[in-house]
Amino acid sequence: MVPLAYYLLLSGILFVCGVLGFLIKRNIITIFMSIELMLNGVNLSFVAFAAHWHALSGQVFVFFVMVVAAAEAAVGLAIIIAVYRTRETLNVDQVNLLKL
Amino acid sequence: MLHLILFLFFGAICVAGAINLLVQSHPINSALSLIVVMASLAAEYLLLGAEFVAAVQVIVYAGAIMVLFVITIMLLNAGAEERTKGSRVAILIGIPGVVIGAVLVAWTLIGRSSTTQSVSIGALWGDPKSIARLLFRDFLLPFEVTSVLILIAIMGAVVLASRPKAVARGARKDA
Amino acid sequence: MPAPHGNTKDISLSITTFIIISIIKSLAVVGVLLTAVAYSVWLERKVSAHIQNRWGPTRVGPFGLLQPLADGVKFIFKEDLTQPHVYKPLYIAAPIIAMVFAITSISVIPFGNWVTVGPWGTYLQITDLNIGLLVVLGITSMGVYGVALAGWSSNNKYSLLGGLRASAQMVSYEVSLGLSLVGVVIMAGSLSLREIVDAQGGVFWHFIPRWNIFHGQTLGFFIYLISAYAETNRTPFDLPEAESELVAGYHTEYSAMKFAMFFMAEYANMVTVACLATLLFLGGWHGPIFGPPILQAVMPVFWFCLKVFFFMFLYVWVRWTLPRFRYDQLMAFGWKVLLPLAIANIVYTALVVALRAQYPGRFF
Repeated sequence: MVPLAYYLLLSGILFVCGVLGFLIKRNIITIFMSIELMLNGVNLSFVAFAAHWHALSGQVFVFFVMVVAAAEAAVGLAIIIAVYRTRETLNVDQVNLLKL
Repeated sequence: MLHLILFLFFGAICVAGAINLLVQSHPINSALSLIVVMASLAAEYLLLGAEFVAAVQVIVYAGAIMVLFVITIMLLNAGAEERTKGSRVAILIGIPGVVIGAVLVAWTLIGRSSTTQSVSIGALWGDPKSIARLLFRDFLLPFEVTSVLILIAIMGAVVLASRPKAVARGARKDA
Repeated sequence: MPAPHGNTKDISLSITTFIIISIIKSLAVVGVLLTAVAYSVWLERKVSAHIQNRWGPTRVGPFGLLQPLADGVKFIFKEDLTQPHVYKPLYIAAPIIAMVFAITSISVIPFGNWVTVGPWGTYLQITDLNIGLLVVLGITSMGVYGVALAGWSSNNKYSLLGGLRASAQMVSYEVSLGLSLVGVVIMAGSLSLREIVDAQGGVFWHFIPRWNIFHGQTLGFFIYLISAYAETNRTPFDLPEAESELVAGYHTEYSAMKFAMFFMAEYANMVTVACLATLLFLGGWHGPIFGPPILQAVMPVFWFCLKVFFFMFLYVWVRWTLPRFRYDQLMAFGWKVLLPLAIANIVYTALVVALRAQYPGRFF
């Protein structure tokens, strides 16, 4: 028997790691991976709550999150490729054309 | 007891992978640690009895989305990341802030739900049939909307990643 | 001990007996799989030789039957070169990843029905999962990383191109492969491989076996077959290791045992895919059963092996018959032909099943 809190803690740790990665990483691909990590953390709490309340709709939500993540990855990586083609870099600090 | 041991084992792998993602400077190492995180999350889902979600997690996340990331890294030949200097104020305030926040959240969670019951190991109740029933009856409209979303995403990806026609033609003439 | 009825997995065994039986089954399956891998290499060399009017291996043992053993010894004793420019951790990990995932996926494949040995009975399967089919798909989809990382970590243009091609090709064809299986799942109403096989027992029109390939899933079978060839990187889809343009593709820099691991992974994947095709479309271990009781007990496994052998032979036959696709043709074929066909197959199957439920007895 594992208390729900443990699962939520794990989920929180994963989410925080994702946020940290999003903030401190400079490679645009790694930033995208950090977003995936956050989504995974959220998914874990969805599944944990689904198990806790015996409500399957929590698991169904995970599917929707996965679909959104897949769409995001497809479009995001396409944008990354387009950016790389014009700017020849993956460093977000150097993609600053719109910066004052 | 077995449940707790397995939970801690896979949870430790998860956290280690997540931290490794942050520490590594080369994107391909980060991608691999993210795959490890996803695979051990699938094991956690199995512990929670959600077998179908676990399988889909491996197939979709680890087997498809992450392959896209790896392909992109290989395609762009992404090198190690250049470290930039963070601001000192952010480190001085940020790290204690994160620690205090984490302790607060953990204290609240563990203090509140000590009576929480969890599923016993081997109790699989997220079987494909009941999930399908839910997905195709109660959640039919969201399901259809997400299918439109993914269609738009596919088209967007194709448009974004394809070269502009004039450029492609010019490149071919040069070659 | 009779087979448990229905979906009961709670076989009344003590935990120690269960663990011992599981270990015995795992060892036996891995042993049989590796032997099958070794001898499919022999089969490939022999059949290809005969197709080209040669003899193939003849020197080691009768008909060259000990050739796999000699090959193994050679692989072990060859020098294991590691080039200085490779990225070492992943260069070493890649063949292990490929090999591990190729072997793991066999664990949910059932080889036959219930058998009884003395007081103990067991299914001829390491473990029966409710989501067995998804597990196989998941594990094979993880196998892409072995190839992709090998190509990337070799730090060599041919390897990189091979790895890129392989990962793009495997991801693309996995979509049509997965969709071609949906028809079978709809027909059986289950994701458990054992239940899918059980649903294919019996005959219709008094003589045609009720296998999925004859029973409405012919299109699905061919889509599966083609995508499976692409998934295992076999001719006509062997662009990742196209020797005439990419030297050896993703395993250009590999030698000795590391190369052997890729080689074994490829053939183990072929065996798994052939097993899956047998289970899903050719009725698994169903077949005419006759003779004395001892023979009757062995017959199902024999039929299963025969069907798997047929697929392995088909692999070799196709390899030495068809030329290689061009890369744009490969992608266009996967996305513009196979994918729409697979979706059409799903719609058709779903319609038939729904109509059958609506008007029972009207459709066979």
